[in-house]
Amino acid sequence: MTSAAAADDFDHVAVDDVSRHFGRRRAVSRVSFTAREGTILGLLGPNGAGKSTMLAMLATLLRPTAGAIRFGTLDPRAHGAALRGRIGVLGHDLFLYPELTAHENLAFFAALYQRSDASGVATRALVRAGLADRADDPVSSFSRGMRQRVALERALIHGPRLALLDEPFTGLDDASTAALVGRLRELRDGGAIVILATHDLELAEGLIDEAVFLREGRIASTMTRPEGLRSAYRDVMGHR
Amino acid sequence: MWLILRKDLTVEVRSGEVAYTTLFFAVSCVLIFAFALVRDGRAPEDGAAGLLWIAIAFAGTLALGRTFERERQSETLRALLMAPTARPAVYLGKLLGIVALLAGVEVILVPLVALLFNANALLEHPAWLAAILIAGTVGFAAVGTLFAAMLIRARSRDVLLPVLLYPVIVPVMIAAVRGTAVLLQPEVDTQVAWFWLALLATFDVVFVTLALWTFEPVMTD
Repeated sequence: MTSAAAADDFDHVAVDDVSRHFGRRRAVSRVSFTAREGTILGLLGPNGAGKSTMLAMLATLLRPTAGAIRFGTLDPRAHGAALRGRIGVLGHDLFLYPELTAHENLAFFAALYQRSDASGVATRALVRAGLADRADDPVSSFSRGMRQRVALERALIHGPRLALLDEPFTGLDDASTAALVGRLRELRDGGAIVILATHDLELAEGLIDEAVFLREGRIASTMTRPEGLRSAYRDVMGHR
Repeated sequence: MWLILRKDLTVEVRSGEVAYTTLFFAVSCVLIFAFALVRDGRAPEDGAAGLLWIAIAFAGTLALGRTFERERQSETLRALLMAPTARPAVYLGKLLGIVALLAGVEVILVPLVALLFNANALLEHPAWLAAILIAGTVGFAAVGTLFAAMLIRARSRDVLLPVLLYPVIVPVMIAAVRGTAVLLQPEVDTQVAWFWLALLATFDVVFVTLALWTFEPVMTD
């Protein structure tokens, strides 16, 4: 089986006793959890809890200092490029070129992800984002919410198996938030593995299927089908 | 690789930011040295060769910094590293973009240096000059692209880039200056020119190979 074909098949992501140090600072320490297909897993915690570092390791952008992350049976060290082709990342920064138009941005990333008919793929993505009429405007002229919608389409342009989202609701108005929530549910229902890092508990409530609470780089608690997230969060994190 | 190069050129054509600042800086550098060193229409022997490469190195450093600053502002380098291609292809795409940009600057810089330093001999051997310029520029950019990418998250990257880059590219600069100086002689000694060109090509192969080898581990740790 080729790497690319094997990468299509992973049905879970297992984080096994993973640590990441930056010099003497421990950003993530001995974290383990499993995210399964057709679920949205929330990484919850305050700023500095290690959520973004954890996402960077899941995205293969950082190597764990200790422990291992496995995508199904695949090891990112052996299947790096093929795995990256099945992962979509929406970071805190939007990964868009402000000088390029929305269509050029999406067409560039579609081509980078080896989609045939990159231009057509970009056009359809802009229709989904409700920005078809702004396709030829530079991204620098867009509002934060509009950029976020383009960035989400960029992250999902290749139909990823694993979607990683870091604080995706930041700066969105109610309509854009609702659209994003709808899109995440669509991804989950389509069988994708969605991992979402956020400290917005109101939005996470009712959206995520599993919660992993992080505090100072360690797992403080986990919950399945979480309800009453805010009170659980208070209990786990203390008064924060 | 070609996608990244095309994207870089499109962004640059759209903004003109790096090309104009780099060109302005390089031309200013040449003008200042011309006013300082050329007296009564006489330039120091081989001065044009040294000056040309000083301007290329300084302007190149500026271009490297600005090009990667652009990738840093929206974290787009991370997006490139996430692509399902071999990560060294990202390095090659960025390297070609820098080389193309510097080649554009050199097209304007060379005639200017030839004019201000009475170095018309430079223009009499276009093939040799092009070969030495390309080989020297690739050597400079090979190391510069790797270092600029490495330093993208360093707080004092603007200071660190020249501090790290210049000691490493000294051999390239020496070979490039000596190779260019050969072209300024009334009779070009092709054997000597070949020697410097071959040395530059060797540096290019070594630096590009090392950069391709180290790019992925450096960018993921």
